[in-house]
Amino acid sequence: MDMSPALVPVIGLEIHVQLKTATKLFCGCSAKFGDEPNSNVCPVCLGHPGALPVLNKKAIDFAILLGIACNSTISGKSLFERKNYFYPDLPKGYQISQLEKPVCLGGYIFAGDKKIALNRIHVEEDAGKSIHLHDGTTAIDLNRSGVPLLEIVTEPVICSAAEAVEFLSSLRTIVRYLDICDGNMEEGSLRCDANVSVMPAGSGILGVKTEIKNMNSFRNTEKAINYEIERQTELILDGGKVTQETLLWDPDSGSARIMRSKEESNDYRYFPDPDLVEFSISGEWTEQLKMIMPEMPRARFDRYVKDHSLSPYDAGVITQSRELADFYEAVASITSDFKSSANWIMTDVLRLLNERKITVNQFPVPPEEIASLINMINSGEISNKIAKMVFDEIADSGEKAADLIERKNLRQISDSAGLEKMIDEVIARHPAQAEEFRAGKEKVFGFFIGQIMKESRGKANPKLVNIILSGKLGKSAVGN
Amino acid sequence: MKTGEINLPENVLAFLHSIGENKSLNAYNSVFREEALSKADSIAGKISSGDHGKLAGMVISVKDVISIKDKPMTSSSAILKNFSPVYSATVIERLLAEDAIIIGKTNSDEFAMGSTNETSAFGFVRNPVNREYVPGGSSGGSAASVAARLCDVSLGSDTGGSIRQPASFCGVYGFKPTYSIVSRYGLTSYASSFDTIGPIANNISDIAIVMDVISGHDPKDSTSSQLPPANFSVPEKLPEGLKIGLPLEYLGEGLDPQIKSFLDSFINRIRSRGIKVEPVSLPHTSYAVAAYYILTTAEASSNLSRYDGVRYGHRSLNNSDLNEMYTLSRTEGFGDEVKLRIMLGTYVLSAGYYDAYYKKAQKVRRLIKNDFDAVFSSVDLIIAPTTPHIGKKIGDGFTDPLQMYLGDVYTTSANLAGIPALNIPAGYSDSGLPVGLQLMANCFNDKLLLDFGREVR
Ligand SMILES: [Zn+2]
Repeated sequence: MDMSPALVPVIGLEIHVQLKTATKLFCGCSAKFGDEPNSNVCPVCLGHPGALPVLNKKAIDFAILLGIACNSTISGKSLFERKNYFYPDLPKGYQISQLEKPVCLGGYIFAGDKKIALNRIHVEEDAGKSIHLHDGTTAIDLNRSGVPLLEIVTEPVICSAAEAVEFLSSLRTIVRYLDICDGNMEEGSLRCDANVSVMPAGSGILGVKTEIKNMNSFRNTEKAINYEIERQTELILDGGKVTQETLLWDPDSGSARIMRSKEESNDYRYFPDPDLVEFSISGEWTEQLKMIMPEMPRARFDRYVKDHSLSPYDAGVITQSRELADFYEAVASITSDFKSSANWIMTDVLRLLNERKITVNQFPVPPEEIASLINMINSGEISNKIAKMVFDEIADSGEKAADLIERKNLRQISDSAGLEKMIDEVIARHPAQAEEFRAGKEKVFGFFIGQIMKESRGKANPKLVNIILSGKLGKSAVGN
Repeated sequence: MKTGEINLPENVLAFLHSIGENKSLNAYNSVFREEALSKADSIAGKISSGDHGKLAGMVISVKDVISIKDKPMTSSSAILKNFSPVYSATVIERLLAEDAIIIGKTNSDEFAMGSTNETSAFGFVRNPVNREYVPGGSSGGSAASVAARLCDVSLGSDTGGSIRQPASFCGVYGFKPTYSIVSRYGLTSYASSFDTIGPIANNISDIAIVMDVISGHDPKDSTSSQLPPANFSVPEKLPEGLKIGLPLEYLGEGLDPQIKSFLDSFINRIRSRGIKVEPVSLPHTSYAVAAYYILTTAEASSNLSRYDGVRYGHRSLNNSDLNEMYTLSRTEGFGDEVKLRIMLGTYVLSAGYYDAYYKKAQKVRRLIKNDFDAVFSSVDLIIAPTTPHIGKKIGDGFTDPLQMYLGDVYTTSANLAGIPALNIPAGYSDSGLPVGLQLMANCFNDKLLLDFGREVR
């Protein structure tokens, strides 16, 4: 056995989040995705001579919101700098970004139970898009040029590909809660680059890192990071050395190729953009945004577990999206029955969402109706089974639950005299089974329950049936 | 304007005629004959109906670094030879809204980089006073067009003296306003934190009325001042006890004695009118040119990156790949002075040199601003030479570029500090070349500067 310490991975992420502002970062063009190429452009985002940038304050709002959500320090003063490099889809020959004074410094995001420390969150403009055509030429769409991005940079504290994905998932939930980004990796509204290195466990000496780009899904992110950890580990174990380079992940082949080496890396020659002025972020600005901050997933999770007594699993699923959590709260606030409300969300609501491939906002049954079903179950008016049936039906028809129950007369039979009569008749019809039960074959009890429910078309109050039937057959009431 | 007294279409025709007669000056890159004439007709109609703008009929030429929608804008560079902007600069929209007539675009140094107008891709401009001499630069065509009466007023741009120095060489008034009071939107950027648009004219009144129109906040320029503009065209009495400072650092070695004697006689003249003139010190003056060239070239290297042959402008057809396309397009499109400054700017921003050059130059800029703040706490205005020497013959090369750059020694400080400065013609040298003097004021004291210039002319 090799006694040298195992190599452990060290991962840092740089995530670009495309902001859902109506207009671009420095001009009035629409920031919409998917329009006709080069239709949302103007002299500013085309980099025409003499055109000047004017900051869209909304993007700074969004950066501050994310900063508050991540417990970052919001900078009192912030400024934009130019990152200079040539690329055909970069119209000005520089990207307006932030280096020295980003909007947010520090902070953290939970990946599971682990706090992942952030280095910074800064605001920058996106470049356009190069589209490589089949005939070998390249077309450029500048609709995306100037769309605002937030770049979230973590410290190198992530220990595995799975943890990186967990972090990404938390971040995505947060930006969706804040309603500042779609969080769609496939469409590119959330992009992730990973810095990966390996070091001998416990050494504290970081190895040479590589940067891996172009991972367009959670799954690819995990695969790419694992690929790179394995590659570096094998390389070192074979006596080789990792060289600093940028790699491009190829999802089709499941491998990465070298994009550029350290020697080829750019000197970006950052300097303050003289077309823009340093701006102050007052405490008042931050306070105003705090007032419109929604409760964040982590806080909701804690509240659901602590105050609503939900299981951590249920609380985790429900808080995954702000819409779903809002939906749950709407149901729970009417019923005050947190457990049942959560059960309905976890089963029927999620099932229907999946079946119909719809969003919570498109959900056909309003929370009040689900609440009313829960209340009717709890008061004994309807059975669980009837409630589920009603739910499925009103999901199609849009009818109110109470109306449907009234119309179809689905209320539970809870009158003992009526039930007694029905039970007598059922026993009378099945004398052989009654005899078997009395002879000790307790399983037959279930048979009678089934027959009675059938007779009542599911409306008999099961608790009452249990008590009366036990009496009739001469048995103490069956538990549960 | 003497509206009503002149026949506007005839006046425009006369200017067009002069422009034709003076083609050899090479002052204009383009002339808008038909449009100027039809504008003259429509504005003449407005004048007779009494419903006209402040500048009704004023004939203006515009330095070819300022955008006018659908008109060629070359920035006097081969790289923009066939380029026409899709929008107009804010200053142009404001001029047109007040019924000015824009007659053409004037030649200049390429991308406003130079002080002789010899770096233009479209040839040098002759000084109308003596055609063997340069008109100065970079707004050389603008100053020449005013001096030769090829327009009433010209809009120039001043990054380190580019309005004042050619105004001085051509014997006209040239005004560089406080940075931020005239919108830069639509001005081809050379060095964004220095660039200032301003008028060149034959008298202060024309400068003042144009300033009334073009100054004031513009939401399209983030560096534009929010302060309400002054009423420049209505002169005010000079304040009692006005004090003028004479910076000793501007009188040292290198100043032509003839300019010094014009300065002396000017000082005597204003002293005789009871205005106090006292020596002041701007101790960091000797660092100004170095700081200026570091900071402006740094900004320029980035500002000029957009001319890459991808979307507009010159694209080399001899390329075999992307990098070659970039390299050749820029090599073929830019002239030597522009290349020199891009390289210098790229160097001072490079990793390892940024702190030593760019950051240090920023500190010097702050010190120079502090010098002016201190001086303007004791005096109202500063009087100084505009240039250290008188004129330069066309084609007379400098032995080294540093010598040319030192010609900017008196003008760059105003741009570093953002303060307003005005060239006023002081007379002619023994060889018959114009000599100019420079007046400077503190930021936003532009009106006092113009009022004083008007008073002492
Ligand atoms: Zn735009």
